[in-house]
Amino acid sequence: MDVGLVQMQRRLADYANALFKEGILDSQYLQLQELQDESNPDFVVEVVSLFFTDSEKLLNDLSRDLAQPNVDFKRVDAHVHQLKGSSSSIGAERVKNACIVFRNFCQEKNIPGCLRCLQQIKQEFLLVKSKLETLFKLEQQVVAAGGSIPTVQQPSL
Amino acid sequence: MARNGVGAWRRRSTDQFDGSHSSPCGSEEVHVLAVDDNLVDQKVIERLFKILSCKVTAVDSGIRALQFLGLDEEKTAGNLNGLKVDLIITDYCMPGMTGYELLKKIKESSALRDIPVVIMSSENVLARIDRCMAEGAEDFIGKPVKLSDVKRLKDFMTRDVVDRVRSDGGGTTQTRTRQEIFNVSSSSSSVFSAPSSSSGPTTPSRPPPLSVSSSKPMIEESHRHLNCIEEGDQQESSAKCILACSQR
Repeated sequence: MDVGLVQMQRRLADYANALFKEGILDSQYLQLQELQDESNPDFVVEVVSLFFTDSEKLLNDLSRDLAQPNVDFKRVDAHVHQLKGSSSSIGAERVKNACIVFRNFCQEKNIPGCLRCLQQIKQEFLLVKSKLETLFKLEQQVVAAGGSIPTVQQPSL
Repeated sequence: MARNGVGAWRRRSTDQFDGSHSSPCGSEEVHVLAVDDNLVDQKVIERLFKILSCKVTAVDSGIRALQFLGLDEEKTAGNLNGLKVDLIITDYCMPGMTGYELLKKIKESSALRDIPVVIMSSENVLARIDRCMAEGAEDFIGKPVKLSDVKRLKDFMTRDVVDRVRSDGGGTTQTRTRQEIFNVSSSSSSVFSAPSSSSGPTTPSRPPPLSVSSSKPMIEESHRHLNCIEEGDQQESSAKCILACSQR
């Protein structure tokens, strides 16, 4: 047994487990993994990449919309709704929760509140993006070394 | 006529269940039309159904869905280019035409009304669910959608077929009622076991959806959002939120 590979898999598993413990990812991410198989080996990376691109655009739109002299809150809310939806679908729990808070401020037409929330969402987004990119790198290393990605067990939250 | 469709989705169409209908590629693949304006969700839904061996067409709006179904061109046939749709699954909250409006248009069409329509929503609002079920939706699924949700849909459709096969011994077909199916299969302790409706013309005997997902942990929301709000949503959602929050 390749000790190096075992160590890599261990590191990967620990890293993934930490993301769940810290609430950065939730069980929906595990759902995505369930949808990945030999016929679709890159499914998770593809969906997550789509999420990254989609979210970056939405965050830019939100920055622009909130900077308008007359803020169109319906439009802002629609963007946050999208972001909340996609972050929920990939299991980016903290991003999703930040969106929920944002929507409440939006409903109150509270611009300072919205701006603070937008900052929060951006931070959480950058965090989950960085973490997932690291996770994917670790997975690539394991696969390149001839190993398989260990399935993360349903964490007891 | 009974159809041995175990493992295959039941086809709700005007075609005879004698195996004569098949998709263009000649297989028995079920064709799902998925409607969602969120591209990430679209990709996930598509994969969920494909992994269960369904053919999927994904569109990003109700208008495009109707175009695909041939409705907006006043075509009388429900299929376009022979691509029969066996199930429509649509997001509720979409810009332009909501999933509810799409549902209504489909049920108003003589060509399309037999196609089962399932609604998805990230907001489990009782009034919304009731409204959709009253309009003829087959089921209401909470987002994010899981594999178990889609499998359940498949089981529900398959069970109809199995029961029809079993009860055909005497030559008469006797499908179980929807009520019976729900009572046997439903094991969810959903918040929606509370009295379901305070609005809309809901049929008293109509059972709740199979199991509206209630296991998703929720952070408290005001629910008074600016988009996709309809009359009756607000009061129901507040009550529901209290119920849900108290069960956390």
